[in-house]
Amino acid sequence: MPDIIQRATAGTMESSDAYVEIEPREGGLEIQLESVVLYQYGQDIEQSVRAVLLEYGVENALVSIVDRGALDCVIRARVETAIRRGKGGRP
Amino acid sequence: MIRSMLFLPGNTPNMLINGDVLGADAVILDLEDAVSPDEKDAARILVRNALSRMGFGCQTVVRVNSLDSGLLDGDLEEIVPQRPTALMLPKTSSREDILETDRRLTALEARLGLPTGSARLIPLLETAAGIENAYAIALASPRILGLFLGAEDLSADLRCKRTKEGREIDYARHRIVMAARAAGVEAFDTPFTDVNDDEGLLADAQYAKSLGFTGKASISPRHVEGINRVFSPTPAEIAYAREVLAVIEEAKRQGKGAISLHGKMVDAPIVNRARQTLDAARALGLSGGE
Repeated sequence: MPDIIQRATAGTMESSDAYVEIEPREGGLEIQLESVVLYQYGQDIEQSVRAVLLEYGVENALVSIVDRGALDCVIRARVETAIRRGKGGRP
Repeated sequence: MIRSMLFLPGNTPNMLINGDVLGADAVILDLEDAVSPDEKDAARILVRNALSRMGFGCQTVVRVNSLDSGLLDGDLEEIVPQRPTALMLPKTSSREDILETDRRLTALEARLGLPTGSARLIPLLETAAGIENAYAIALASPRILGLFLGAEDLSADLRCKRTKEGREIDYARHRIVMAARAAGVEAFDTPFTDVNDDEGLLADAQYAKSLGFTGKASISPRHVEGINRVFSPTPAEIAYAREVLAVIEEAKRQGKGAISLHGKMVDAPIVNRARQTLDAARALGLSGGE
């Protein structure tokens, strides 16, 4: 499975959504998370993000997430969309 | 029983996540007109996740993109495994549209190991051809759950103005109800689009009910309660239905062929109507329906 080949974004900054940005990067994964519930749920969110990255075989990328109070299924959806777009997928 | 169907845009999380508290009998998660072309991929993933992770607490319909959009197969691939109540197929205009969709669904179900025919369809009739072919469409596949009238696109196709009174869609409404009932499927009415006109909504819903529609769609949560009320049997209708069944039982006991109630002859259509009323009341858990 090819890694991320281009910068891509998904989601919005609206409430209950998450804005995800992914870009190619050498030397492993880096996840940057900004969330209103970072203290309570930061670890859970990062775990979900890593699970989706693993599912798509992404081993090298910089992933930035701005969480606006999104449910887990929304965060996973936005990360998956960003990955697919980053791999060159089209709507 | 689906009295109300509430459209929710498929790429807007803050509306999707409230879908279960808005009181509709069904939510229509929209991948078509409510989603911009460059967000189609995001919406189908979001709707797929919402279906798999959120219990909506009501029936779920997904409006997929039309056969000619080039997006339908991608939609089906993500949505069918989640087993929503039905898929709404926009711009259905002919029996062939259903046969082609049925063929794609059958192949997908075989690949996914799902029972053949498990994905149900609600054709959205919103073209002049779709209205004229309503009966053939309703009979085209056992997947059909009901026919749905889409008045906005239909008015454009008819080259007429869409009005609040709705005279321009009167023929389409009659035609859809007739075709759906003849084929033994449900009939769902188009939304009333003035979200601030509650009286207009009630009048429009009552008219649709009087024609024989099963229920009505809405684009606004504030219309749901009114639609549910209009399409539910009233306490008086339930009481009358119980009286009808009681006098019929009495007539049978007395060996009478004909019987009257409140001065009116009770015949087979009245008995059938009474049974339908009590079935609906039972399905909705209304008092007196048991």
